[in-house]
Amino acid sequence: MGDFFRVAWLVMRKDVRIESRSREVLYTTSFFAASCVLVFSFAFVRAGRPVDGAEAGIVWVALAYAGQLALGRAFERELHQDALRGLLLAPVERAAIFVGKLLGIMLLMVLVEAVVIFFVALFFSTAFFEFPLLFVALLVSGTIGFAAVGALFAAMLTRAKSRAVLLPVLLYPVTVPVLIAGVNGTLSLIQADPNLDLARFWLALVTFFDVVFLTLALWTFEPLMTE
Amino acid sequence: MSVFELDELNVKHVSRQYGRRRALARVTFQVQSGQVVGLLGPNGAGKSTLLGILATLIAPSSGNVFYGGKSSKDLGSVLRRQIGFLSHDLQIYPELTAKENLEFFANLYGEMKPDVLVAKALERARLSDRADDTVDGFSRGMRQRLALERALLHEPRLVLLDEPFTGLDDRSIDELSERLRAIGRAGRMVIFATHDLDVAEGVVDRALVLRSGRIALVQDGSSSLRTRYRAMLHESPNVGNGGNYG
Amino acid sequence: MNGVSRRTQTFLIVVGAVMFAAAPLLIASAPNEATMGLVAKILYFHVPVWFMMFLAVFICGIASGVYLFKGRPAADRLAVSAAELAVLFGVMGLTTGPLWARVSWGVWWPWDVRTTLALILEMNFVAYLLLRKYGGPGAEKLAAGVALFGMFNVPFVYVSVNVWRTLHPETTVVPTLPTAMAGPFWWCVVAYFVLFLVMLGGRRRLEDQRARLDELRFAYEEE
Repeated sequence: MGDFFRVAWLVMRKDVRIESRSREVLYTTSFFAASCVLVFSFAFVRAGRPVDGAEAGIVWVALAYAGQLALGRAFERELHQDALRGLLLAPVERAAIFVGKLLGIMLLMVLVEAVVIFFVALFFSTAFFEFPLLFVALLVSGTIGFAAVGALFAAMLTRAKSRAVLLPVLLYPVTVPVLIAGVNGTLSLIQADPNLDLARFWLALVTFFDVVFLTLALWTFEPLMTE
Repeated sequence: MSVFELDELNVKHVSRQYGRRRALARVTFQVQSGQVVGLLGPNGAGKSTLLGILATLIAPSSGNVFYGGKSSKDLGSVLRRQIGFLSHDLQIYPELTAKENLEFFANLYGEMKPDVLVAKALERARLSDRADDTVDGFSRGMRQRLALERALLHEPRLVLLDEPFTGLDDRSIDELSERLRAIGRAGRMVIFATHDLDVAEGVVDRALVLRSGRIALVQDGSSSLRTRYRAMLHESPNVGNGGNYG
Repeated sequence: MNGVSRRTQTFLIVVGAVMFAAAPLLIASAPNEATMGLVAKILYFHVPVWFMMFLAVFICGIASGVYLFKGRPAADRLAVSAAELAVLFGVMGLTTGPLWARVSWGVWWPWDVRTTLALILEMNFVAYLLLRKYGGPGAEKLAAGVALFGMFNVPFVYVSVNVWRTLHPETTVVPTLPTAMAGPFWWCVVAYFVLFLVMLGGRRRLEDQRARLDELRFAYEEE
């Protein structure tokens, strides 16, 4: 067990170190996320005010797009050096490698989320942090779910052609529940009359999704990565 | 639990198809420790696929590979400790320094004294003075040396290399050839794929020539390799060549 | 060789043909639904088709799981056949659904649970087929992963869309089936099920033949 987390930690640390050298994926993804927010703002603002509840939608859609972009870029890098195969050859549990990559992706996504929330709060004066614990919990669970499925698909697609366009095609249908729960959970927290019970329900749903799909991902990583 | 000794490789009727395309057809051969085997053949012959199967990254469609008498399923991740694989794309991280690259793999493999191991590897690669430089500034030859040390860090008994001589200058080729011979003399099994006949000569103890997924020629002792290889290539291809998917 | 034999296939075709011939008579003889009249009879097509899509999704998911973990090519052949049927029946359901919704409630898309779930599954399995087609060699295994994930996603999509919908109450409500209509309805379900089996068997057989042909070709090349 200890070995599993040691390996995951090593892989994550390696990824963080690499990214911190150039910060390319972080900067470009953050900027992309900010542009998304801008574009959506133009779409959903009427007479200077956002359409009711648009902020929640904008946050999660910007996240979904930016997240998918980051996933693609992060794994593209691995592909050029055939590095993933190098990792798979190590005498360690292969699922641990997946967890390491997942943790790295999640860290990246959390940073991008901060940028997105900042801009949405700025543009629309939204009080996201009225119920900080619930909101952060929702964000984190949503990120886990999206990243778990995304990292698995992105990793397995390194073995395929047309991977750039196939990733979103595969990813979005599967992560629909996360999106629905995220948007509606956020909505119930920021709306004029907050509904905490509903927010907790959505949080529970996403958490359950995370458990199921993380397990599924860990289980299928090895067969999917070996031909 | 006894330490698993890998001193013999037995490939039995290994085939691999991808849908309609047959990459390998009933490939059979054995390798003993101390042998340096060259896997030759034109592009698309199936060399990379075969190496991938030997490295347990690809599962054969039929047939089996026995490592010291046991199959990869029986052995699990223990087997990977005995295998060193160097792919054509080198599998090192350009954004990290030479030292960081080696340290990462040493730690990943759970080596006992990573610092000592890394220092020795850097020396052998003649990169000790460039240890703290990032790899993206290295020439192909330097990266190759680093990548080779990375693949050998855990002292595997089976060393697999996919096109290791590509893009190297003459001096680097000589160095690598000598290195491979030395590894073979040290008792390991070395199998490398190349489409360059000149390079293979003088390095290999045996040569296996793959053509359209089949072993077309097995040569022990590389002296008359060139003549026989050329003759074989000029032979008309036999029935139903599986098609060239270069 | 496993799979549906010739005789069973022929039997099913005959049964299916008979059932489909009889169906219009039964449907015509069934009473008109109280509020929507003749239009509601589209349900005799729409609902069975939706059942079949659902069934195909689960067959594909399970076969994909077997293929992924046991590596049996027969499982993969079943999976791809089921996936194509899922997409096909899905298209049928997704065209009849909006037609009915438009006439009944004036909107093309009712945003109800079942239609939305069907759409998401449809997209998931179209993605499966796209991956198989454009993903290059070895994409079958990757697609199996997608099918497995899609199958496990069903309850989550159902619950999330359901709760989401109840937050926005609309006038669209799927009517429950009065007993007089039950007879013809279940006749149609069985008829479509027979059709499903025939198509699945046939498609599977096509894949089996292709695999057999490849085997023979390889054996021929040996000489």
